[in-house]
This record gives sequence, C-alpha cells and structure tokens, in this order.
Amino acid sequence: MPAPPAPDPSAPALRAEDVTVRFGGQLVLDRVSLDVPAGTCAALVGESGAGKTTLLRCFNALVVPAEGRVLVGVADVRTLDPVALRRRVGYVPQDGGLLPHWTARRNAGLVPALLGAPRPEADARADAALALVALDPATFGPRYPHQLSGGQRQRVAVARALAAGAGLVLMDEPFGALDAITRADAQAVYADARADRAAAGQPVTALLVTHDLREARRLADQVVVLRAGRVEQAAPFAELVARPATAYVARLLERAALAG
Amino acid sequence: MRAEVRRALAFVVVLAGALAWAAARGAAQPRPRAAAPLGARPVVVASKPFGESYVLAELFAQVLEARGYAVVRRPGLGATQVAYAAVRAGAVDVYPEYTGTVLRAVLADSAPARDARDAFARVARQSRARDGVHWLPPLGFENRFALAVTPATARRLRLRTVSDLARVAPGVRGAFSSDFLGRADGLPGLAAAYGLRLAAARPLAPAVKYAALQSGAADVIDAYTTDGLVARYGLVLLDDDRRFFPPYEAAPLASAAFVRDLPGAALTLTELAGRLDEGTMRALNRRQEVDGEPAAAVAADALRALGLADNRVRATPRPARAGWAGYFWSERGAVARRALRHLALAGGALVAACAFGIPLGIWLAARPRVAAVALGGAGAFQSVPGIALLAALVPLVGVGTLPAFLALVLYGLYPVARGTYAGVRDAGAPAAAAALALGMTPGQVLRQVRLPLAAPAVVGGVRTAAVLGVGTATLAAFVGAGGLGETIASGLALADTRLVLAGALPAAALALAVDGLLALVERAVRPPGV
Repeated sequence: MPAPPAPDPSAPALRAEDVTVRFGGQLVLDRVSLDVPAGTCAALVGESGAGKTTLLRCFNALVVPAEGRVLVGVADVRTLDPVALRRRVGYVPQDGGLLPHWTARRNAGLVPALLGAPRPEADARADAALALVALDPATFGPRYPHQLSGGQRQRVAVARALAAGAGLVLMDEPFGALDAITRADAQAVYADARADRAAAGQPVTALLVTHDLREARRLADQVVVLRAGRVEQAAPFAELVARPATAYVARLLERAALAG
Repeated sequence: MRAEVRRALAFVVVLAGALAWAAARGAAQPRPRAAAPLGARPVVVASKPFGESYVLAELFAQVLEARGYAVVRRPGLGATQVAYAAVRAGAVDVYPEYTGTVLRAVLADSAPARDARDAFARVARQSRARDGVHWLPPLGFENRFALAVTPATARRLRLRTVSDLARVAPGVRGAFSSDFLGRADGLPGLAAAYGLRLAAARPLAPAVKYAALQSGAADVIDAYTTDGLVARYGLVLLDDDRRFFPPYEAAPLASAAFVRDLPGAALTLTELAGRLDEGTMRALNRRQEVDGEPAAAVAADALRALGLADNRVRATPRPARAGWAGYFWSERGAVARRALRHLALAGGALVAACAFGIPLGIWLAARPRVAAVALGGAGAFQSVPGIALLAALVPLVGVGTLPAFLALVLYGLYPVARGTYAGVRDAGAPAAAAALALGMTPGQVLRQVRLPLAAPAVVGGVRTAAVLGVGTATLAAFVGAGGLGETIASGLALADTRLVLAGALPAAALALAVDGLLALVERAVRPPGV
C-alpha cells in the first residue's frame, strides 16, 4: 500500500482586511479586520445576527465580500478556485452535516476521496482521523450516522475536518447542539486532537464560531467579539476580562458569568 | 429573480414548441396531399360509443371492403365533440352521425326545423361552410331522443306524451345519460319547452340506466327511438307532442380529405342512402344489444339482405347466459391483447414523463420561486378531467395513439416532477450544505448526496404517475387508442355489465400490480443508513 501523501505541515494564517458583506441591501459585515496567526485558534462570539457565521464563510468562499480582502496563508481567496480551496479547509457545521447514507469511515474520508485518493488510502486517512477524536475505527468506522450518539456524530464531523489534513479548520458552533456533559467531552477530544497534531509537527489553525464564552476561553487563543457586523474587541480571553474595550463587551462577559 | 423568470419563460416556450411540432406532425400524418388513385390509402371509419353507431360503422366499413377499399376501424370515439373534431381535422374519414345532434350540439343552431329534409339541408350547408365537412345522403331512418317509462308506470300515471309527464313531473324521478343532461337539445331544452320539473334528474351510464328503471329506482329515462334495449325491456316511448326534438336523420359524415382523395369510396357509401328504415335499424340494434351478436356479424347479414355485399362474418354471439367468470374465460385472448396494449400505452407515457419530469424536478429544486409557479400551474392542469383533455387534443393531433399518449405524458409529468422536486429539495439539506462546504462540486452534491437521498421520493412520484396512468389509460379508447378502455366503453354502450367488468377488473389488477412493483423498487432504492 502506498504511503498517504504527507499533508502540508504548514498551517496557514488567516487574515481579513476591511471586509464588507451585504445581503440584499443589508450590511452584514462592516469593514471587519481579523488576524489569526498560524497554528492558533480564534473564537468568534456575539449575538445571533452579529455576522459570525458570515465572516467564517468568507474563508471557504461560501460568501464573497463586496469589499476588502480575505487571505488564507498569503493567497487572496478571490484568486483561488473555490472548490480547490474548500478541499484544503476543514469545516464542521453545527448539525455535523454527515452524509446519512455513508458510514462514519466514508464520511471521515470524504475530502481525501475528493482529492483523488483511492478508497483504501482514503479509508486509512479516515481511520487515523477517527482515532484522533477518540473513536475506535474498527467499532465506529462501519456505523451509519443514525447509529451514533449526538456527541459521536460531532466527533466524526471533527475527524472529517481534520482528515482534510491541510492544517486549517472552520467550525460553526460545532458543539452547540450537545448537552453540557457531552459538550465538555467533545471539547476535550477536540483540544487533545489539535494538541496531538501540533506535537506531531502538524499544527492546525482554527476559526470557531460559538455562543458560549466558556467554550471560547477553553479552546481559543484569542476571542473576537462581533456586534452588528463590527468588531468590538479582539484579544485573549484574560485581557478581555481585564480590560473590556467597550461597555458591550463588559455586559457580554457579565451575562456569561451570570449564566453559569 | 428576473433572470429566473426569463429562464422559466424560455422553458415554457420550448415545451410549447415541442408540443406544437408533435401536434403538426400528428395532424399531417394520415392525410396524403396528392389526389390518390382509387384505394391508394385505407379509409378510416369511426363510430361513437353506442350500439347503433358500432353497427352503422361496420356497414360502412364492409361495403367499402366489398368494393375493394382497405379500411381502418376506430370504433367508440368518445362522444360527438371528439368524433366531429376528428372528421374536421381529417384524422377520421367517415363516421355515422345524426343531423339534429350536430345542429344543436355542435353548430348551436336552435331554430326549429320544419322537417327532416329542412334539417338535413341546413346542417349540410353549415357544416360544409364552417368546418369543411360533408354530409353524405341520409341512410333512411331517424333516431330521435325520447323519454321512456315502463308499461306499468305509463298505465299508473296515464302517460302517453311528454306533456302528460310534465303534468305529474314533481312526483317523478329521472335517470339520464350525462350526454342528455348536458346538451341543449337534451333535458335542459326539453324542460324549458314543456315546463317539465322532475323531482330528480340523476346522471347514469346506459348500463345502469335501464336497470335503474326496471328496479324502480327511477321512473323515466332517456332513450333512442331505434334503441334495441327499449325492445328488450318492453318500454313505452312518450310522444314528443310539442315537436321539441329536431329531426335526427342518420347519415355518413365525411371529411374534406376523404371526399377529395377517395371520391369513389364516398360514392360507394351513397349506395346505403335510403336503404335502412326505422324498423330495420331497430331489428339490427336488437340483435346486437339484446341477442349479443357482434356488430360485424349483424352488419354482414344486413348488407347481404340489402343485396349490397355478400360478406359472411362468423357469428359468435356473446354467450348470453354464461356467468362473469365463464365469459371472462371465453374472452381471455382479447382481454390479454388489450391489457398488453394498455400497459404499452401507460408504460411508454410513463417513460416519457420520467424523461421530462425528473430533470424538470431537479432543475426546479434549485429555483424555489419558479417551482412555486410551475408546480402550481401543473397542479391546476392536473385537475382537468381526462376526457376533456383528450377532446381538446383531438383537433390538434387527430385520433389514435398520439393524443392518448400525449395526455398520459401530461398527466404523469406533474407527480414525477413534484416528487423529484420535493425529494431533491428536502432530502439531506444539511448534508448537502456540508458536502458543498467541504469541496464537492454542485454536480457531485447532486449525484452523490441529493439524488441518492431523494431516490425514494422520486420513485414515489413515479409510482403515483404510474397508477394514475394505468387508470387514465382506460379513457384512451374514446380517442381510438385501444386498451382495456375499449372493452369498458363497449360494455357501457351495450349495457353489458360483464363486458364492463372484463375491462375494469384487469385494469384494476394492472394498477395494483404496478403499484406493488414500484413499492418494491421504492424500498430497494432507499439508501442504507436512512
């Protein structure tokens, strides 16, 4: 069996420069700038409608900004073929988005298969990714999504994103639909997987949309607070707490503390 | 949005163009333009779906064959509008028609006719001028509408004329053929002319009408004056004392192409002019409708008796006393042949409906706003009754397989497109969104995610279309396309329940079989894990 091609070990940095997005006549993102250094994780937080998901989707060309530049590594997204770009970028939606008629193994091996890997190789990559999210490939590989629990499904979705192997993952409230205990487990599995990859010399740059400030604190190196399409503050969580830039940020932190 | 509307319009134009092209081809086909030498093409002889019309059409066909012309028979074309339109379009060369029927029901001429000769002159002039069709000389008898009651009812209520009936009408229940209930020269006009207000006027098929009268479920029905069934049940015909009904002289109605291309054949039919009086016709009808002899045998005997032809048709009367099962067994060959034809018609139309409907549904799934309009329109179209759609297609594409096929395709299109559309739109939407975000091309999303997940819904739509098609195909007989409907139609026309069942039961069995088969397919295409 030929060895799988080594994934590009260099995790690209993500940058947004003065990005403006309009849907219809409505301003969704208003000159938003963002800087996610290679191998780090940034969390996008804010209320529904603040533009978190829209900003995330700029990085895999599902949304095309009206103005500004979006960079993956050094490349402007506009100059890239969207399909080729998406095959280099892992993606985890809130509902997991697993293909219900495919086994966990085939789901996890989706991107390698799209990139032309023969089935045994795609399966090997899938099994490695399943192991990374603490799912035994022999047990869980042949199962269909409806035979998995909600937490297991989300872990398969994370495995699918990591199996793309390009060191870049976009996650849109990946654990938002899980109960508290399952969520904590899934977060731990995800954090461990990222750490394992980094230790193996394959760091992962991640952008995470979440409602949950504690999840942001736990998983992200910096937290970006969005409000009505503008960045209120972008800073590590500790600095956010120590020096909230605006009254809105202070109120958001206060409410999160009250909630639990 | 505007671009989508433009594309939808373009689609409609292309579809309409394709239909028009098919229509033009279909209409052009059976009519060679050049003046043909004698017998260069077969004569298309049709009839309407009732006993006397079958016998008269056989008389036309056999006298033509005896003079060396080839004949194509299209018995049982659905009612006056369809048959008349077919002759006008040239899809049928000749069929037996009645002067009063065309005057009132087609030409909407309600002026009273002085007598039969006056009515004939008027209808011949107007049909020729308006529609280019020719009335050949009348056959010699009239077949008027009449109201019929049992002798017991006539005695009890002292009924001799329609005026007598009007006097006691509020206590009398009627059962009439739907044709009679709807036509201006039927019950509406009659009621106005006599001030006739019946307690009830229920539409019933001929097969049921006579039975209803016998059982006392109805007191009065409509009948024809030469009706064989009137004799069979010994009914009393009420005299039309105010001369409401126009003269209904029977005559061959011929297309312009027939008279132009085959003048010798048209001349041959004039040999029948004035040769059939009312008594003769009633006797012939009786042999078919009461004794169960085939129309071909009755017509052959009549031509021999008239000295016009010496045909011999093996007479195998429908066994009068055999039960339904025995009858079905004796007819198994014909039933199987018609069932096969039925399946071929419905199956061919289903394949065509899928060929258009599945891509259409996929195309619409990406365009919800166009879909709302297109599927709404198609749904409304679906509610057009089959027989009305067929009647509308006859002037465009003639009679035979083509109009039936087109109608069945049009009926099948909606369930197929609707099932595909709903399936592709709804099945696995989150999975499709994720697959796109992970780098599947739209084509890959369609082929690997949406279609596999939508397959059961697509097959469900095909299944609905198939069952609908097998049912609707029974109407194909009314435009001369054959199938099990032919058996049903002649059973209804001859008031023979066994004949009706010999068509209807196999049709129902076919529908159930097709439904069951496609249910299995539906299960087989359900992807694992769903």
